[in-house]
Amino acid sequence: MELTNENVLGKIIEQFGEENITDAMNPDGIMTFQTNRQTIHELIKYLRDDKELQISFLTTMCGVHYPEQKDKELCMMYQLHSLRHNYRLRIKVYFPISDPVMPTLTDLYAAANWMEREAYDFYGIVFAGHPNLIRILNVEDMEYHPMLKQYPLEDQTREDKVNTFFGR
Amino acid sequence: MSDSNKDIKMAEAPEGYTGAGFFATSFEKVIGLARANSLWPLPFATSCCGIEFMATMGAHYDISRFGSERPSFSPRQADILLVMGTIAKKMGPVVKQVYEQMSEPRWVVAVGACATSGGIFDTYSVLQGIDRVVPVDVYVPGCPPRPEQILDGLMRVQDLAKNESLRRRNSPEYQALLESYNIK
Repeated sequence: MELTNENVLGKIIEQFGEENITDAMNPDGIMTFQTNRQTIHELIKYLRDDKELQISFLTTMCGVHYPEQKDKELCMMYQLHSLRHNYRLRIKVYFPISDPVMPTLTDLYAAANWMEREAYDFYGIVFAGHPNLIRILNVEDMEYHPMLKQYPLEDQTREDKVNTFFGR
Repeated sequence: MSDSNKDIKMAEAPEGYTGAGFFATSFEKVIGLARANSLWPLPFATSCCGIEFMATMGAHYDISRFGSERPSFSPRQADILLVMGTIAKKMGPVVKQVYEQMSEPRWVVAVGACATSGGIFDTYSVLQGIDRVVPVDVYVPGCPPRPEQILDGLMRVQDLAKNESLRRRNSPEYQALLESYNIK
């Protein structure tokens, strides 16, 4: 079967139901749709193990922070690739910042281990079931998650930068 | 002296008393002369400035002319720590450990904008200048500095080494400086 966005989406909706697969669109020709926390693990397992699809390569995953979206402040984005068919797709899961818990994918892909640690490091997203959820890129004693937009990007210990020189 | 030795450059003799068959000067000056003309660098190169230093080590700029012939990639025989490139906060303790493992007398050169002040990377993850971790003798500006500037920084260290008193490292000021960095 030739993998096109329409028939892949049809297959996924048939498997998981319309209420769990929403907002499908094609930015840059890569199909993007949303799902929820209950579905994501099963969905990625299904894409990996399905004989027809063979979407069995986790290209990347990362967190996103949208502070202005009520109860959808955090997002986890997954990009998958079928090496067999050269077909890519993108999955997004939105969830509130007050409850930043996601199911882990480490039992499906070993690559998810470090990527989930990175998402935890920068966004504070907790992956339930992760074997070793500790910081990976920042210093161990950092007390916040720097990519959340309420924290300043600049180093706060500089004394030689006067705001007037920077048009602020 | 045969003609082939005409190219050899001699280090200038320090001040002293010359007479028939003898030359007298102070111990400090002789040791300073020896130290200044055999500074072995420890290149701590993390980014682009490290590439400039490689050019400095190459045949065209030839850091060997200054007696810095051998880059010591171990702190054991190194005299001068050249930190070149962005030092992330996670790398800070490593720089400090390398500095602590060097033996006295030791000098530190911060090469380029990143090592001196964090450079353009005013970010939560980057150390805003290595002088927050180790004491620095010479700062080389530039982003990245040309090899000539790195050589100039090395010559500034040579000046320091030449004119340093033998007792400087035992002075209370120096001990207090190390104390302020929590270096034993």
